[in-house]
Formats: sequence, structure tokens, C-alpha cells
Amino acid sequence: MAALWDLFPPTRAWGSVQRCHTTGFGHFHRSKSECLHRPEIRIECLKEDVRNFLKKTGWERKLQNAVYRELHVLPQPSHAAAPPEHTKEPLAYMRKAQACWEKRILKSLNSMSTELGVPLARKRPVREQKELLQKWSEMGTNEPDLSHFRPVYAPKDFLEVLTSLRNPNLDSSDEASCRSHLGLIQVSLNVKDIPEMREFFCELSLEKGQLGIDDHTSFPPDLFESDHICLGKKVLSEQDSAAAQQYSRQGCPTGLRAHLWALILNCSNDPEDVMHYEQLKAGVINHDLLVDNLIYKDVKLTASNDDYYFVFEDYLYQVLLCFSRDTAVLEHFNYSSATPPTCHTKGQSGAEDGTSVYPPNGVVPFHGFSMYVAPLCFLYKEPSQLYSVFREMYVRYFFRLHSISSSPSGIVSLCLQFEKLLQVYLPQLFYHLRETGAQPLRIAFKWMVRAFSGYLATDQLLLLWDRILGYDSMEILAVLAAAVFAFRAENLMEVTSLAAAEAVLADLSTLKVMPLLQIFLFATVI
Amino acid sequence: MTDNAVPCTVKSPVPLQIGDAKTDTSRPGVYVIDVTFPHGQAVKIREISFKNYYTAFLMVRLQKKDPGSPGGCARWVTCLKNHPLMSSPHTEEGSQDYFSIYRHQMLVDPDDVTSVRLILRQPSSAWLNFTLEDIRIHQCASDDSERDMPAWFSQLTPVDQVPDLQGLPNPQTVASSIQQMWALTEVMQTNQTAAPIGRFDVDGCYDVNLLSYT
Repeated sequence: MAALWDLFPPTRAWGSVQRCHTTGFGHFHRSKSECLHRPEIRIECLKEDVRNFLKKTGWERKLQNAVYRELHVLPQPSHAAAPPEHTKEPLAYMRKAQACWEKRILKSLNSMSTELGVPLARKRPVREQKELLQKWSEMGTNEPDLSHFRPVYAPKDFLEVLTSLRNPNLDSSDEASCRSHLGLIQVSLNVKDIPEMREFFCELSLEKGQLGIDDHTSFPPDLFESDHICLGKKVLSEQDSAAAQQYSRQGCPTGLRAHLWALILNCSNDPEDVMHYEQLKAGVINHDLLVDNLIYKDVKLTASNDDYYFVFEDYLYQVLLCFSRDTAVLEHFNYSSATPPTCHTKGQSGAEDGTSVYPPNGVVPFHGFSMYVAPLCFLYKEPSQLYSVFREMYVRYFFRLHSISSSPSGIVSLCLQFEKLLQVYLPQLFYHLRETGAQPLRIAFKWMVRAFSGYLATDQLLLLWDRILGYDSMEILAVLAAAVFAFRAENLMEVTSLAAAEAVLADLSTLKVMPLLQIFLFATVI
Repeated sequence: MTDNAVPCTVKSPVPLQIGDAKTDTSRPGVYVIDVTFPHGQAVKIREISFKNYYTAFLMVRLQKKDPGSPGGCARWVTCLKNHPLMSSPHTEEGSQDYFSIYRHQMLVDPDDVTSVRLILRQPSSAWLNFTLEDIRIHQCASDDSERDMPAWFSQLTPVDQVPDLQGLPNPQTVASSIQQMWALTEVMQTNQTAAPIGRFDVDGCYDVNLLSYT
């Protein structure tokens, strides 16, 4: 454990270890106390003997991985005087905007429930429970009447909220200055420019090998690919999360990707995880939620219509319905700017009156939400493992794509970053599109909100998500969006309307992600 | 940690600009906030904490009582120069964060301080206003309180005297090893009940008809 103190600042590391104790490190405690009973453990060198035992049995590495995971999600230690809402989001006007947006969603849900006469949550009758249990692995064959349900919101509604975001302390007088925001986003967040991006994404530079470029059939595999695969196998055998994350920056080989992502996210498929998933499944069987219909509708509208993902329709229901019941997801609200919706519930006796969260995981799905899960179906066959990887990806990354915050990986920063990259490096294109009423963000927003899922070919998407995991940041989404515009700049210069620009950028399925990123970051003349 | 905030008077920020404050169209880029202590008391400062509101750079000057000079007149010294609060004056990072300036960050020891002057600078014209909020001065805890020592204190073996071990392990090493293991078990015990059970229903019941607007 002393090695951990060397790697991480003491207060954060200790906080992480405390959290590990509370997140069910049951067999770690048991094996530790068993170790203490062994005759070869002597009191004088107790510390050394326990440490050696931990190292030999691989527990030290597991503990290291667990602490590393906690450090990814724990917010920076805050000032003693800072209230909890400041830790969630330091800027007051963003907190207010997020609260307004959430209120709109609540109103929409309440009115949907009232108009359609469908309760937000109810206990399923026993007959219905039995039917659902029988059809659990083929829920796609259900044909519920979803015609009256509409998604609570779509990405373009959220974009309108973001474009109306204003800092009351910002001087927005009519005089044009060097700081005028010509794009849709009118807030002044700190975003990286290309020199800073080159430093941050240095592993993507031209002289380093990449999966997605250097594994092309025209290159001999011993140039880069076979060495990289060997290294990947070694990383997996060491079971080191930090090493796997660093490795992923140059791409994960298809055969190793599932294990590498699970290692980076510290997701296992232990009996405890399987049991947790079964518990959630029981929650789905016992209670019917209105958001279930929203999930059904979303899957039918998006993933089921997609050439790559329609085969996974059943898996998507099995994951998303359980996701809605998972109260463990509520922990992420400690570091998210969002707050879960609440409701009053009564116990069976009718006497207790408590406040609960609705849905139990606090996340209201929107149009396109199921696309966060769909690509993972290519990697994981076991529903419980698919579920735990998706949940971890959501609470680390995806939640930032649909909440208003000043985080560098938040959607507001990504939008601003995209617009700034275009303005600085393709000023003519930006000006032309703006003049013809085709603000570039109106087209790129839906790509970034879904992390490009459903727009790129699956193998390209997985290469992109390798880098999201590798760099623990979603800034690459903004860079890719700008790179796509740069790639199709010639055609875009000839459009005269938003519809025409949308048509030019409608089909991204033939794009190769890594060459685009490399050229935009490292081969563009500044 | 006990809050040793000293009661003080924080005067309203005074802008420093050339020209008439009322008629000039450009906004001031410098404000000065004076903080004084009641009854002219002299304070030994441990920490100055505040909440930022779009101030980019901070300079702190202290008025210290000079014990050496005759008549004990006070003099101004700079204890913090151009401390950045925002990573870029034009962007939001750090603009609404909480900060603390500690003794060890200061150029001079903040002892016998009678007045604190905070000089705020915001060179960017992007912001309409800037200031510091919730300014508190914390003083060092007094360490000269004398309490009666219990009689058994003097009967303890002094640390430098090495006891006769007679083949037993050194008590210091044993004590430190056991102490660490004990601390770990204490943490495990206190944290056991905090693990979430994971159920969202109340008594098997989860009937919801309306969401609350808080």
C-alpha cells in the first residue's frame, strides 16, 4: 500500500481506499484476516508479511486498480468552505440553467403520465410478471402500443437550451471584438487550442503507430501491428488498469478489446456482479415504470432501424430496463451537475411517507439514449458483463453529454471547442456556413451528444471510443467533428442552405476516424 | 479544524481608475478592498479565505505593527504579488472558486497585522464586474495556554532512555505495526453499515404518480 501513496496524493488515495471498503471488497477483508491467522506471520514484521501476501496473491494489483478507478470518478478535493453544489458545478448560472432544464423534463414526464393515464410507476400484477419472465430474452417480439408515447426530449431541444445559456456577468454589448462568439455557444469556457491538443494527444502523432491506420492490409504486420498485439497480451496478463489505459491510446486490437476495456473500467464478471444484475432483473419484473415505455420507443426508433445494431434489440432492453432500476448509479450525482427527480412514495401499510428518486437510477432517457449501449453489444455477450461495462461508461463519460456543466469533457465545452477549432482553422468555411444559415454546430451537435454512435461504422466507432477511454476525456469528439468538416470542406463551401449542408454530412459511415484525426491535429498548417 | 475566523470589517471595493468613475465609459480594472480589525487589535494570520467572483489576479498588502520603531507606528508590506486566481482572465476557469491564502505562501510573516488590503485586478474587458466575496481572516490558534500537567506524566519513562528488552522485540516497532492494523480494522468497522442495499422500493411498494418540483 505504500506504493499507492507514492503514486497519488495522500488525501485522495486514502479517500479512495475508504470508498473501496464500502463498495463490497468483502473477500479482500476475508483473505486479509485469514492471512493474519497463518503461523508464518510474525508480529515484528507484520506489515511486511501482510504486504508480501497481498502482492503474491494478486490482491495488491486489484486494490491498485480499484483505487485508480475511484480516482477517475472522485472530484478534485474542494475547499473547506465550498458547499456540495459547488463541487457538482462551480458556476452559479450553469447550476441555474441545469435546474431549469430538469424542471422542464419533470413537467414533461408528469404531463405525459396524466394525459395518457399511465402511472409513473406501479407494481406489476403476478400474471404480467410471469409473462415478462418467460419472454425476458426476447422482449423485442413484444409489440406494445407506443404510438402515444413521445420521447421526453431530443438532442435538438437540448441544443436550444445550450445556445440560450448566458453568463449574466459577461459583457455582451453589440460591439464586435476579438472575443465575440460567432458560433451558437455564448459562454467563455477554457478550451484547448491545437498546440495544446497536440501535446495532450501526443500518442496520436504522425511518428507513432496507430490501430486504425498502421494495421491496414497494405502494411506488413511486423511494422507495428504484431508488436502492439504482443504488448496488449502482456498488459492483460499484468492486469494493470493504468497500463491498459495508456495502451488504449494507440488503439485496442479487436480480439483483446473487450478484456482491455473491462480492465480499464475495472469491471469484473464476478458472481457478485451477476447477482447484482439478477437483483435488477427482479426489479424490472416486479415493477413497471413509465420510462420503460420511453426505452422501448427509443430502441424501436433508433437501434432497431440501424443496419449494424438491430440484431441486438433484445440485449438493449435487457440492459436499459435494468439500468433504470440501479440505485448504484445515484452515486454519480455527487460529481455531476445534474440532480435526480424525486417523488413521494408510501409503504405498503400506507403509513410511511418517504421521498424516493424516479426512476430509481435518477436518469431520464432521451431520444437516442440506447445508442450508448448498442456498440458495446459487439464486445460482450454476457448480459451481466455488458451491463456493468455500460454502467461504468455512463457514470464516467456519457452522463456529461446530456447535462449542463463547465467540465472540460461536458457537452458545453465540446460544442465550444468544436466551434473554436472551425473558426480558427477553417475561417472561410465557418463564415460561409454561418452566412447561409447553416451554423456548423447544428449539424455536429447530434454526433457529439451520441459520441458518434450510429453515425460511424462500428469498427471506426470502437477505435474512437478506445481513445476516449485511453485519454479519459471526450475532447476527441470535438476534434473529430471539426476534422469531418475539414475533410468535406470543398463540398460544404458550395452549399447554400442548412438542408444542403446536412445532406453533404448525412453519411459518415465510410469515414476512417484515425487518419482524419491525425491529419487535423498534426498535419494541418497553423 | 476549528474555525478561527476573526471578526473584521470588510469595506466595499474602491475602484482605481484614471478619470471620473461616473462619466468614464470603460470599466475599472482594479479594485481595492480594505479589511480592518475592531478595536485596532493586531492579529497573527493563519489564513485568508474568500470566494472569487471573476477576479483574475490578487495582491495582498498588510499593515503591520512595527515593535522595533519608537511609538510603535505601523508600516505597509506586500505579502502576495500577482497571485493568479483564474488560469486565463478571459475564460471561466477559477472565476467562482473558493480560495485560501496560507501563511507559508506569504512573502512576510503575517504577525501583528492591523489591516489587510486586497488589490484585485481583472485585465479582461469581457466581464461586467469582479470582486471577492465572503472574505474571512483566520488567526493562528493560541499555543501559549498553560494547563496543569497531571502528576502521573512525570512518572513515565522518558523516550530517550532505552528500556531493557531481555530478548523481546522493540516495543516501538511492535506498537507502530499494531497501531496501523488497528486503525485499518476501525475504519472497516465504522464503514460496514454504509454499503447501499440497492433496493429502490419501500416495503416492496413503488407506486409513483407525480414527480416533485423542488
